[in-house]
Amino acid sequence: MIPPIRWLPMPVLSLLLLVVWLLLQQSVALGQWILGGVLAILIPVICRPFWERQPTIKRPLKLVGYFFRVLGDIVTANLQVSKLILDPRGRMRPAFVEYPLTLKESFPITILASTITMTPGTVSAHLRLDGKTLLIHALDVGDINALIDDIHQRYERPLLEIFES
Amino acid sequence: MIDMALWIALALFCAAVVLNFYRAVVGPSLPDRILAVDTMYMNSIALIVLFGIWVDNKDYFEAALLIAMLGFVSTIAVCKYLLRGDIIE
Amino acid sequence: MLNTVIEGVIAFMLVAGGAFAFIGSLGLTHLKDFYMRLHGPSKTTTLGVGCTLIGSLIYFSQEDGPIVQELLITIFAFITAPVSAHMLAKSALHHKLKPDPRTRGNPVELESEKPKHTIEEAPQGDSPLP
Repeated sequence: MIPPIRWLPMPVLSLLLLVVWLLLQQSVALGQWILGGVLAILIPVICRPFWERQPTIKRPLKLVGYFFRVLGDIVTANLQVSKLILDPRGRMRPAFVEYPLTLKESFPITILASTITMTPGTVSAHLRLDGKTLLIHALDVGDINALIDDIHQRYERPLLEIFES
Repeated sequence: MIDMALWIALALFCAAVVLNFYRAVVGPSLPDRILAVDTMYMNSIALIVLFGIWVDNKDYFEAALLIAMLGFVSTIAVCKYLLRGDIIE
Repeated sequence: MLNTVIEGVIAFMLVAGGAFAFIGSLGLTHLKDFYMRLHGPSKTTTLGVGCTLIGSLIYFSQEDGPIVQELLITIFAFITAPVSAHMLAKSALHHKLKPDPRTRGNPVELESEKPKHTIEEAPQGDSPLP
């Protein structure tokens, strides 16, 4: 017997696919809605075995705030890195930092790692297999503990509240 | 004003592509070369978009979108190959 | 009047994008080791290309209605750049590329592996096979 499938296993992903399809086609004709809708239902059903666990967003409003904070930080990060690259004396204090994670699920960890890469002076380099430490390479850092504390306060705590609370 | 800005941006992106090419040729290690090629495709997206503004034709975005997707997938595939010696596990 | 302002914004976006991408590539060329070189392209070039795309979005939107296709490329670039940077850093660690001597911190991944068994430690005699 074929096990029953829930036809909308990932509603957010389905909505996203539909919106992206309509944006790509640049039209809101009925045909595009139908085609996009079929794709939006079929693709999540096919992809379902690849997703181990669904991320649950507990506080969507905080996610929006987080998004804008990261957007602002990206601009700051770029100005900072540009300054470091253009500095003729080349004074840099590179360091490998081991960051202890408190997040548990893989999706929030992915977001945290991407955020760390896009924000000032740090690139996430390696997630250890035990899933508890993230290896970060920093371009110019004075106090390593201050950096870890900063990342924890600024990015990890909001993510913890949004996804796991 | 836009013409002027267009020329400046085109010159800067071309210079960036030349620098990337230098790194791709000289690069002491394989990840260096991959990083250079990765940056080069990002810059070529911008070059195509600028060309689209220059000829005033917006159909060039689809080319840019294709380059973005194929470039990302190929970077990941080559990295996977370096990591494991195999692409699909 | 409004047209001039919009043109100014477009011009600023294009030039800023070009400048950021150029600085990123400059960092790629002249920084000392791979891990430092990774910073330039992953942040600066992404923002540079994003700025250019938004500039062209405004340029084409002012002619005939809003166009959002370029925004898709921008979002795509911003989502994928950290992923490819992470994968590149991982493969560099796997190849044990030497970091700059000034780098502090010594991750386990970069230490050279010791052979697990020497010949002396290998079990001798008492073969289970008859």
